Amino acid sequence: MIDIKDLRKSFKDHEVLKGINLHINPKEVVVIIGPSGSGKSTLLRCMNMLEEPTSGKVVVDGIELNGEANINKAREEIGMVFQRFNLFPHMTVLQNITLAPMKVRKISKEEAEKTAMELLTQVGLADKADEYPPQLSGGQQQRVAIARALAMKPKVMLFDEPTSALDPEMVKEVLDVMKSLADKGMTMAIVTHEMGFAREVGDRLLFVDEGQIIEQGPPKDVFDNPKEERTKLFFSKIL
Amino acid sequence: MSFNFDLVIQSFPLLLLGAGITIKITALSVGLGMIIGMFVGIARISHVTPLRMLAAVYIDFLRGTPLLVQIFLIYFALPLMLDQRVDPFVAAITACGINSGAYVAEIFRAGIQAIDKGQMEAGRSLGMTWVQTMRYIIVPQAFKNIIPPLGNEFIALLKDSSLVSVIGFEELTRRGQLIIARTYGSLEIWLSVAVIYLVMTLAISRLVAYMEKRLKTS
Repeated sequence: MIDIKDLRKSFKDHEVLKGINLHINPKEVVVIIGPSGSGKSTLLRCMNMLEEPTSGKVVVDGIELNGEANINKAREEIGMVFQRFNLFPHMTVLQNITLAPMKVRKISKEEAEKTAMELLTQVGLADKADEYPPQLSGGQQQRVAIARALAMKPKVMLFDEPTSALDPEMVKEVLDVMKSLADKGMTMAIVTHEMGFAREVGDRLLFVDEGQIIEQGPPKDVFDNPKEERTKLFFSKIL
Repeated sequence: MSFNFDLVIQSFPLLLLGAGITIKITALSVGLGMIIGMFVGIARISHVTPLRMLAAVYIDFLRGTPLLVQIFLIYFALPLMLDQRVDPFVAAITACGINSGAYVAEIFRAGIQAIDKGQMEAGRSLGMTWVQTMRYIIVPQAFKNIIPPLGNEFIALLKDSSLVSVIGFEELTRRGQLIIARTYGSLEIWLSVAVIYLVMTLAISRLVAYMEKRLKTS
Protein backbone atom coordinates (compact mmCIF):
# COMPACT_ATOMS: atom_id res chain seq x y z
CA MET A 1 0.00 0.00 0.00
CA ILE A 2 2.82 2.38 0.90
CA ASP A 3 6.28 1.88 -0.48
CA ILE A 4 9.15 4.10 0.57
CA LYS A 5 12.62 3.81 -0.95
CA ASP A 6 15.74 5.54 0.36
CA LEU A 7 13.80 8.55 1.61
CA ARG A 8 15.92 11.49 2.66
CA LYS A 9 14.89 14.87 3.96
CA SER A 10 17.04 17.80 4.99
CA PHE A 11 16.05 21.10 6.50
CA LYS A 12 18.90 23.43 5.52
CA ASP A 13 22.04 21.60 6.68
CA HIS A 14 20.25 19.31 9.08
CA GLU A 15 19.39 15.87 7.72
CA VAL A 16 16.19 14.73 9.42
CA LEU A 17 15.59 11.51 7.50
CA LYS A 18 18.66 9.52 6.53
CA GLY A 19 17.53 6.98 3.99
CA ILE A 20 14.30 5.34 5.09
CA ASN A 21 13.05 2.14 3.45
CA LEU A 22 9.60 1.05 4.46
CA HIS A 23 6.84 -1.07 3.04
CA ILE A 24 3.36 -0.99 4.55
CA ASN A 25 0.97 -3.77 3.54
CA PRO A 26 -2.75 -3.33 3.00
CA LYS A 27 -4.69 -3.57 6.30
CA GLU A 28 -1.49 -3.28 8.28
CA VAL A 29 -1.35 -0.99 11.31
CA VAL A 30 2.13 0.43 11.69
CA VAL A 31 2.92 2.39 14.82
CA ILE A 32 5.91 4.72 14.72
CA ILE A 33 7.56 5.72 17.98
CA GLY A 34 10.76 7.51 18.85
CA PRO A 35 12.17 10.47 20.77
CA SER A 36 11.13 13.97 19.78
CA GLY A 37 13.19 15.28 16.89
CA SER A 38 13.82 11.75 15.66
CA GLY A 39 12.08 12.45 12.35
CA LYS A 40 9.01 10.30 12.92
CA SER A 41 6.52 13.08 12.13
CA THR A 42 8.55 14.14 9.10
CA LEU A 43 8.47 10.54 7.88
CA LEU A 44 4.70 10.44 8.21
CA ARG A 45 4.30 13.83 6.49
CA CYS A 46 6.39 12.61 3.58
CA MET A 47 3.81 9.87 3.02
CA ASN A 48 1.38 12.48 1.63
CA MET A 49 3.96 15.07 0.58
CA LEU A 50 3.04 17.68 3.16
CA GLU A 51 6.79 17.52 3.55
CA GLU A 52 8.67 17.29 0.29
CA PRO A 53 11.53 14.78 0.47
CA THR A 54 15.00 15.86 -0.57
CA SER A 55 15.43 12.55 -2.37
CA GLY A 56 13.94 9.09 -2.53
CA LYS A 57 10.69 7.62 -3.70
CA VAL A 58 7.26 7.33 -2.12
CA VAL A 59 4.55 5.23 -3.79
CA VAL A 60 1.06 5.08 -2.32
CA ASP A 61 -1.61 2.78 -3.74
CA GLY A 62 0.40 2.45 -6.93
CA ILE A 63 0.77 6.20 -7.45
CA GLU A 64 4.26 7.63 -7.25
CA LEU A 65 4.18 10.91 -5.37
CA ASN A 66 5.78 13.25 -7.88
CA GLY A 67 4.19 16.13 -9.68
CA GLU A 68 1.17 18.15 -8.58
CA ALA A 69 -1.44 15.99 -10.36
CA ASN A 70 -0.15 12.70 -8.94
CA ILE A 71 0.14 14.11 -5.46
CA ASN A 72 -3.43 15.45 -5.50
CA LYS A 73 -4.66 12.12 -6.85
CA ALA A 74 -2.84 10.15 -4.18
CA ARG A 75 -3.99 12.47 -1.40
CA GLU A 76 -7.59 11.55 -2.19
CA GLU A 77 -6.67 8.05 -1.02
CA ILE A 78 -4.67 9.13 2.03
CA GLY A 79 -6.54 10.45 5.04
CA MET A 80 -4.58 12.49 7.55
CA VAL A 81 -5.30 13.33 11.17
CA PHE A 82 -3.25 16.08 12.78
CA GLN A 83 -2.09 16.71 16.30
CA ARG A 84 -3.92 20.05 16.38
CA PHE A 85 -7.06 18.73 14.60
CA ASN A 86 -7.00 21.53 11.98
CA LEU A 87 -10.75 21.60 11.59
CA PHE A 88 -12.14 24.51 9.59
CA PRO A 89 -13.47 26.88 12.27
CA HIS A 90 -15.76 28.84 9.94
CA MET A 91 -17.75 25.76 8.93
CA THR A 92 -20.11 23.52 10.87
CA VAL A 93 -19.05 20.00 11.73
CA LEU A 94 -21.18 18.70 8.86
CA GLN A 95 -19.69 21.17 6.37
CA ASN A 96 -16.19 20.24 7.53
CA ILE A 97 -16.89 16.65 6.59
CA THR A 98 -18.77 17.20 3.32
CA LEU A 99 -16.52 19.84 1.73
CA ALA A 100 -13.78 17.66 0.26
CA PRO A 101 -16.04 14.83 -0.96
CA MET A 102 -18.18 17.43 -2.78
CA LYS A 103 -15.32 19.48 -4.23
CA VAL A 104 -12.81 16.73 -4.92
CA ARG A 105 -14.85 13.59 -5.46
CA LYS A 106 -17.75 15.61 -6.96
CA ILE A 107 -20.31 13.79 -4.85
CA SER A 108 -23.79 15.35 -4.51
CA LYS A 109 -24.60 17.30 -1.36
CA GLU A 110 -27.29 14.81 -0.31
CA GLU A 111 -24.98 11.85 -0.64
CA ALA A 112 -22.08 13.63 1.07
CA GLU A 113 -24.33 14.59 3.98
CA LYS A 114 -25.68 11.08 4.28
CA THR A 115 -22.16 9.65 4.46
CA ALA A 116 -21.15 12.39 6.90
CA MET A 117 -24.00 11.55 9.25
CA GLU A 118 -23.11 7.87 9.15
CA LEU A 119 -19.51 8.71 10.01
CA LEU A 120 -20.56 11.07 12.79
CA THR A 121 -22.72 8.29 14.23
CA GLN A 122 -19.74 5.98 13.99
CA VAL A 123 -17.57 8.37 16.04
CA GLY A 124 -20.47 9.08 18.43
CA LEU A 125 -21.08 12.70 17.48
CA ALA A 126 -24.24 12.67 15.36
CA ASP A 127 -25.80 15.29 17.64
CA LYS A 128 -22.98 17.77 16.96
CA ALA A 129 -23.46 18.01 13.18
CA ASP A 130 -24.59 21.64 13.21
CA GLU A 131 -22.14 22.97 15.77
CA TYR A 132 -18.91 24.80 15.01
CA PRO A 133 -15.58 23.18 15.87
CA PRO A 134 -14.54 25.73 18.53
CA GLN A 135 -17.67 24.76 20.51
CA LEU A 136 -16.45 21.16 20.85
CA SER A 137 -13.97 19.63 23.29
CA GLY A 138 -10.56 18.53 22.01
CA GLY A 139 -11.54 14.88 21.97
CA GLN A 140 -14.72 15.64 20.05
CA GLN A 141 -12.81 17.81 17.56
CA GLN A 142 -10.33 15.04 16.93
CA ARG A 143 -13.14 12.55 16.33
CA VAL A 144 -14.69 14.97 13.83
CA ALA A 145 -11.28 15.28 12.16
CA ILE A 146 -11.14 11.50 11.82
CA ALA A 147 -14.66 11.47 10.34
CA ARG A 148 -13.63 14.25 7.93
CA ALA A 149 -10.68 12.20 6.70
CA LEU A 150 -12.80 9.05 6.41
CA ALA A 151 -15.43 10.86 4.33
CA MET A 152 -13.04 10.74 1.38
CA LYS A 153 -13.12 6.94 1.71
CA PRO A 154 -9.33 6.76 1.86
CA LYS A 155 -7.34 3.57 1.52
CA VAL A 156 -4.74 4.66 4.07
CA MET A 157 -4.98 6.75 7.22
CA LEU A 158 -2.06 8.69 8.64
CA PHE A 159 -2.17 9.84 12.27
CA ASP A 160 0.33 12.45 13.43
CA GLU A 161 0.33 12.30 17.25
CA PRO A 162 -3.48 12.40 17.32
CA THR A 163 -3.77 12.43 21.11
CA SER A 164 -0.82 14.64 22.06
CA ALA A 165 -2.85 17.84 22.24
CA LEU A 166 -5.67 16.31 24.26
CA ASP A 167 -6.50 16.47 27.93
CA PRO A 168 -5.83 13.06 29.50
CA GLU A 169 -9.50 12.19 30.00
CA MET A 170 -10.18 12.58 26.26
CA VAL A 171 -7.42 10.36 24.98
CA LYS A 172 -9.38 7.15 25.28
CA GLU A 173 -12.38 8.26 23.20
CA VAL A 174 -10.05 9.05 20.28
CA LEU A 175 -8.00 5.87 20.65
CA ASP A 176 -11.22 3.84 20.74
CA VAL A 177 -12.28 5.28 17.39
CA MET A 178 -8.86 4.48 15.96
CA LYS A 179 -9.00 0.96 17.35
CA SER A 180 -12.38 0.26 15.76
CA LEU A 181 -10.96 1.57 12.48
CA ALA A 182 -8.04 -0.84 12.75
CA ASP A 183 -10.46 -3.68 13.52
CA LYS A 184 -12.32 -2.88 10.31
CA GLY A 185 -9.14 -3.44 8.33
CA MET A 186 -8.02 0.12 7.59
CA THR A 187 -4.38 0.50 6.62
CA MET A 188 -2.88 2.89 9.15
CA ALA A 189 0.40 4.60 9.96
CA ILE A 190 0.37 6.15 13.41
CA VAL A 191 2.93 8.36 15.11
CA THR A 192 2.15 8.29 18.81
CA HIS A 193 3.43 8.31 22.36
CA GLU A 194 0.63 6.01 23.55
CA MET A 195 2.64 2.86 24.24
CA GLY A 196 -0.30 0.82 25.55
CA PHE A 197 -2.23 1.55 22.37
CA ALA A 198 0.81 0.72 20.22
CA ARG A 199 1.15 -2.65 21.90
CA GLU A 200 -2.55 -3.47 21.69
CA VAL A 201 -3.48 -2.23 18.22
CA GLY A 202 -0.27 -2.20 16.20
CA ASP A 203 0.68 -5.01 13.83
CA ARG A 204 4.17 -3.65 13.59
CA LEU A 205 6.14 -1.25 15.73
CA LEU A 206 8.80 1.00 14.25
CA PHE A 207 11.35 2.64 16.48
CA VAL A 208 12.84 5.69 14.77
CA ASP A 209 15.80 7.67 16.03
CA GLU A 210 18.02 10.26 14.36
CA GLY A 211 16.31 9.84 11.02
CA GLN A 212 16.65 6.08 10.76
CA ILE A 213 14.52 3.05 11.52
CA ILE A 214 16.50 1.51 14.35
CA GLU A 215 14.31 -1.46 15.06
CA GLN A 216 11.00 -2.92 13.95
CA GLY A 217 8.81 -5.92 14.56
CA PRO A 218 5.63 -7.06 16.29
CA PRO A 219 5.01 -4.58 19.12
CA LYS A 220 5.12 -7.24 21.80
CA ASP A 221 8.59 -8.43 20.70
CA VAL A 222 10.02 -4.95 20.44
CA PHE A 223 8.60 -3.84 23.78
CA ASP A 224 9.57 -7.00 25.68
CA ASN A 225 12.86 -7.83 23.98
CA PRO A 226 14.37 -4.76 22.33
CA LYS A 227 17.55 -5.75 20.51
CA GLU A 228 19.13 -2.37 19.89
CA GLU A 229 20.81 -0.31 22.60
CA ARG A 230 19.04 2.87 21.51
CA THR A 231 15.64 1.20 21.73
CA LYS A 232 16.45 -0.05 25.22
CA LEU A 233 17.62 3.41 26.25
CA PHE A 234 14.40 4.98 24.91
CA PHE A 235 12.18 2.50 26.73
CA SER A 236 14.17 2.93 29.93
CA LYS A 237 13.26 6.62 29.84
CA ILE A 238 9.57 6.30 29.12
CA LEU A 239 8.31 3.02 30.55
CA MET B 1 -13.37 88.68 10.64
CA SER B 2 -16.94 87.74 10.05
CA PHE B 3 -18.49 84.34 9.53
CA ASN B 4 -21.21 84.31 6.89
CA PHE B 5 -23.56 81.61 8.11
CA ASP B 6 -26.00 82.21 5.26
CA LEU B 7 -23.30 81.25 2.79
CA VAL B 8 -22.88 77.91 4.56
CA ILE B 9 -26.62 77.24 4.35
CA GLN B 10 -26.85 78.34 0.72
CA SER B 11 -23.88 76.27 -0.37
CA PHE B 12 -24.78 73.19 1.61
CA PRO B 13 -27.02 71.49 -0.98
CA LEU B 14 -24.31 71.89 -3.64
CA LEU B 15 -21.64 70.56 -1.30
CA LEU B 16 -23.83 67.59 -0.41
CA LEU B 17 -24.19 66.77 -4.07
CA GLY B 18 -20.39 66.81 -4.26
CA ALA B 19 -20.25 64.57 -1.18
CA GLY B 20 -22.55 62.13 -2.95
CA ILE B 21 -20.11 61.99 -5.85
CA THR B 22 -17.21 61.54 -3.43
CA ILE B 23 -19.03 58.55 -1.92
CA LYS B 24 -19.70 57.16 -5.38
CA ILE B 25 -16.05 57.40 -6.46
CA THR B 26 -14.88 55.95 -3.18
CA ALA B 27 -17.30 53.02 -3.26
CA LEU B 28 -16.49 52.15 -6.86
CA SER B 29 -12.75 52.53 -6.26
CA VAL B 30 -12.90 50.38 -3.13
CA GLY B 31 -14.83 47.75 -5.10
CA LEU B 32 -12.22 47.79 -7.85
CA GLY B 33 -9.44 47.90 -5.25
CA MET B 34 -10.86 44.88 -3.41
CA ILE B 35 -11.01 42.76 -6.55
CA ILE B 36 -7.51 43.78 -7.65
CA GLY B 37 -6.21 43.51 -4.10
CA MET B 38 -7.55 40.02 -3.55
CA PHE B 39 -5.91 38.64 -6.66
CA VAL B 40 -2.66 40.57 -6.26
CA GLY B 41 -2.52 39.66 -2.56
CA ILE B 42 -2.93 35.96 -3.34
CA ALA B 43 -0.45 36.22 -6.24
CA ARG B 44 1.99 37.79 -3.78
CA ILE B 45 2.15 34.55 -1.77
CA SER B 46 1.65 32.02 -4.58
CA HIS B 47 4.29 29.46 -5.42
CA VAL B 48 4.55 30.69 -9.00
CA THR B 49 7.62 32.92 -8.95
CA PRO B 50 6.83 35.18 -11.95
CA LEU B 51 3.35 35.82 -10.54
CA ARG B 52 4.81 36.66 -7.15
CA MET B 53 7.33 39.04 -8.68
CA LEU B 54 4.72 40.74 -10.84
CA ALA B 55 2.56 41.30 -7.76
CA ALA B 56 5.53 42.72 -5.86
CA VAL B 57 6.30 45.16 -8.70
CA TYR B 58 2.66 46.26 -8.81
CA ILE B 59 2.56 46.90 -5.09
CA ASP B 60 5.94 48.64 -4.99
CA PHE B 61 5.13 50.94 -7.89
CA LEU B 62 1.72 52.01 -6.64
CA ARG B 63 2.75 52.46 -3.04
CA GLY B 64 6.03 54.11 -3.99
CA THR B 65 4.60 56.88 -6.15
CA PRO B 66 2.16 59.62 -5.12
CA LEU B 67 -1.51 59.08 -5.94
CA LEU B 68 -1.56 62.60 -7.41
CA VAL B 69 1.12 61.61 -9.92
CA GLN B 70 -0.78 58.42 -10.72
CA ILE B 71 -3.91 60.47 -11.42
CA PHE B 72 -1.89 62.73 -13.76
CA LEU B 73 -0.42 59.68 -15.49
CA ILE B 74 -3.83 58.22 -16.17
CA TYR B 75 -5.62 61.44 -17.06
CA PHE B 76 -2.90 63.30 -19.00
CA ALA B 77 -0.20 60.80 -20.01
CA LEU B 78 -2.29 57.76 -20.88
CA PRO B 79 -4.42 59.63 -23.49
CA LEU B 80 -1.19 60.51 -25.32
CA MET B 81 -0.36 56.81 -25.53
CA LEU B 82 -3.87 55.75 -26.49
CA ASP B 83 -4.46 58.79 -28.68
CA GLN B 84 -7.86 59.10 -27.07
CA ARG B 85 -9.30 61.29 -24.35
CA VAL B 86 -9.97 59.63 -21.01
CA ASP B 87 -13.21 60.51 -19.24
CA PRO B 88 -12.47 62.20 -15.87
CA PHE B 89 -14.84 59.87 -14.04
CA VAL B 90 -13.20 56.77 -15.51
CA ALA B 91 -9.75 58.24 -14.84
CA ALA B 92 -10.66 59.03 -11.22
CA ILE B 93 -11.98 55.56 -10.46
CA THR B 94 -9.19 53.78 -12.30
CA ALA B 95 -6.49 55.77 -10.53
CA CYS B 96 -8.04 55.40 -7.07
CA GLY B 97 -8.96 51.75 -7.67
CA ILE B 98 -5.59 50.49 -8.83
CA ASN B 99 -3.88 52.55 -6.14
CA SER B 100 -6.15 51.13 -3.47
CA GLY B 101 -5.60 47.64 -4.95
CA ALA B 102 -1.96 47.78 -3.90
CA TYR B 103 -2.81 48.59 -0.29
CA VAL B 104 -5.64 46.05 -0.19
CA ALA B 105 -3.25 43.42 -1.60
CA GLU B 106 -0.95 43.90 1.36
CA ILE B 107 -3.92 43.73 3.74
CA PHE B 108 -5.03 40.49 2.11
CA ARG B 109 -1.54 39.03 2.21
CA ALA B 110 -1.23 39.75 5.92
CA GLY B 111 -4.74 38.40 6.55
CA ILE B 112 -4.00 35.17 4.73
CA GLN B 113 -0.61 34.70 6.36
CA ALA B 114 -2.25 35.11 9.76
CA ILE B 115 -4.28 31.93 9.17
CA ASP B 116 -2.73 28.90 10.86
CA LYS B 117 -0.77 26.91 8.28
CA GLY B 118 -2.45 23.75 9.52
CA GLN B 119 -5.56 24.93 7.65
CA MET B 120 -3.77 24.77 4.31
CA GLU B 121 -2.28 21.40 5.24
CA ALA B 122 -5.70 20.03 6.21
CA GLY B 123 -7.22 21.19 2.92
CA ARG B 124 -4.37 19.81 0.85
CA SER B 125 -4.31 16.50 2.73
CA LEU B 126 -7.97 16.03 1.75
CA GLY B 127 -6.98 16.16 -1.91
CA MET B 128 -8.09 19.73 -2.56
CA THR B 129 -5.89 21.85 -4.80
CA TRP B 130 -4.12 24.97 -3.59
CA VAL B 131 -6.71 27.15 -5.32
CA GLN B 132 -9.65 25.21 -3.83
CA THR B 133 -8.14 25.39 -0.36
CA MET B 134 -7.58 29.13 -0.75
CA ARG B 135 -11.11 29.68 -1.97
CA TYR B 136 -13.09 27.58 0.48
CA ILE B 137 -10.91 27.60 3.57
CA ILE B 138 -8.26 30.30 3.74
CA VAL B 139 -9.84 33.37 2.11
CA PRO B 140 -13.19 33.14 3.97
CA GLN B 141 -11.31 33.07 7.28
CA ALA B 142 -8.94 35.83 6.19
CA PHE B 143 -11.93 38.07 5.38
CA LYS B 144 -12.91 38.19 9.03
CA ASN B 145 -9.42 39.28 10.06
CA ILE B 146 -9.08 42.00 7.49
CA ILE B 147 -12.30 43.92 8.05
CA PRO B 148 -10.71 46.49 10.39
CA PRO B 149 -7.74 47.29 8.10
CA LEU B 150 -10.07 47.32 5.09
CA GLY B 151 -12.21 49.87 6.92
CA ASN B 152 -9.14 52.03 7.44
CA GLU B 153 -8.32 51.71 3.76
CA PHE B 154 -11.87 52.78 2.89
CA ILE B 155 -11.48 55.88 5.05
CA ALA B 156 -8.05 56.70 3.63
CA LEU B 157 -9.39 56.40 0.11
CA LEU B 158 -12.40 58.59 0.86
CA LYS B 159 -10.04 61.37 1.93
CA ASP B 160 -7.58 60.75 -0.91
CA SER B 161 -10.39 60.96 -3.44
CA SER B 162 -10.22 64.74 -2.90
CA LEU B 163 -7.11 64.60 -5.11
CA VAL B 164 -9.22 63.92 -8.20
CA SER B 165 -10.41 67.53 -7.94
CA VAL B 166 -7.18 68.40 -9.80
CA ILE B 167 -8.51 66.87 -13.00
CA GLY B 168 -11.64 68.95 -12.69
CA PHE B 169 -13.83 66.15 -11.48
CA GLU B 170 -16.60 67.70 -9.40
CA GLU B 171 -16.54 65.83 -6.16
CA LEU B 172 -16.76 67.50 -2.74
CA THR B 173 -13.41 69.31 -2.73
CA ARG B 174 -13.79 70.59 -6.29
CA ARG B 175 -17.32 71.82 -5.52
CA GLY B 176 -15.88 73.73 -2.59
CA GLN B 177 -13.20 75.33 -4.78
CA LEU B 178 -15.80 76.36 -7.35
CA ILE B 179 -18.09 77.94 -4.75
CA ILE B 180 -15.15 79.83 -3.25
CA ALA B 181 -14.13 81.11 -6.67
CA ARG B 182 -17.59 82.65 -6.92
CA THR B 183 -18.14 83.85 -3.34
CA TYR B 184 -14.63 84.22 -1.80
CA GLY B 185 -15.98 82.44 1.30
CA SER B 186 -12.85 80.40 2.02
CA LEU B 187 -13.44 80.10 5.75
CA GLU B 188 -17.09 79.08 5.53
CA ILE B 189 -16.73 76.68 2.63
CA TRP B 190 -13.51 74.90 3.65
CA LEU B 191 -14.90 74.45 7.16
CA SER B 192 -18.12 73.02 5.72
CA VAL B 193 -16.15 70.73 3.42
CA ALA B 194 -14.03 69.53 6.35
CA VAL B 195 -17.11 68.83 8.48
CA ILE B 196 -18.76 66.83 5.68
CA TYR B 197 -15.60 64.70 5.23
CA LEU B 198 -15.45 64.18 8.98
CA VAL B 199 -19.07 63.03 9.17
CA MET B 200 -18.48 60.57 6.32
CA THR B 201 -15.31 59.06 7.79
CA LEU B 202 -16.87 58.78 11.25
CA ALA B 203 -19.87 57.01 9.75
CA ILE B 204 -17.61 54.49 8.01
CA SER B 205 -15.55 53.79 11.11
CA ARG B 206 -18.74 53.19 13.12
CA LEU B 207 -20.05 50.87 10.42
CA VAL B 208 -16.79 48.89 10.41
CA ALA B 209 -16.82 48.62 14.20
CA TYR B 210 -20.37 47.30 14.02
CA MET B 211 -19.51 44.73 11.35
CA GLU B 212 -16.48 43.63 13.33
CA LYS B 213 -18.65 43.04 16.37
CA ARG B 214 -21.25 41.14 14.37
CA LEU B 215 -18.62 38.89 12.82
CA LYS B 216 -16.99 38.22 16.16
CA THR B 217 -20.19 36.85 17.63
CA SER B 218 -21.04 34.70 14.61
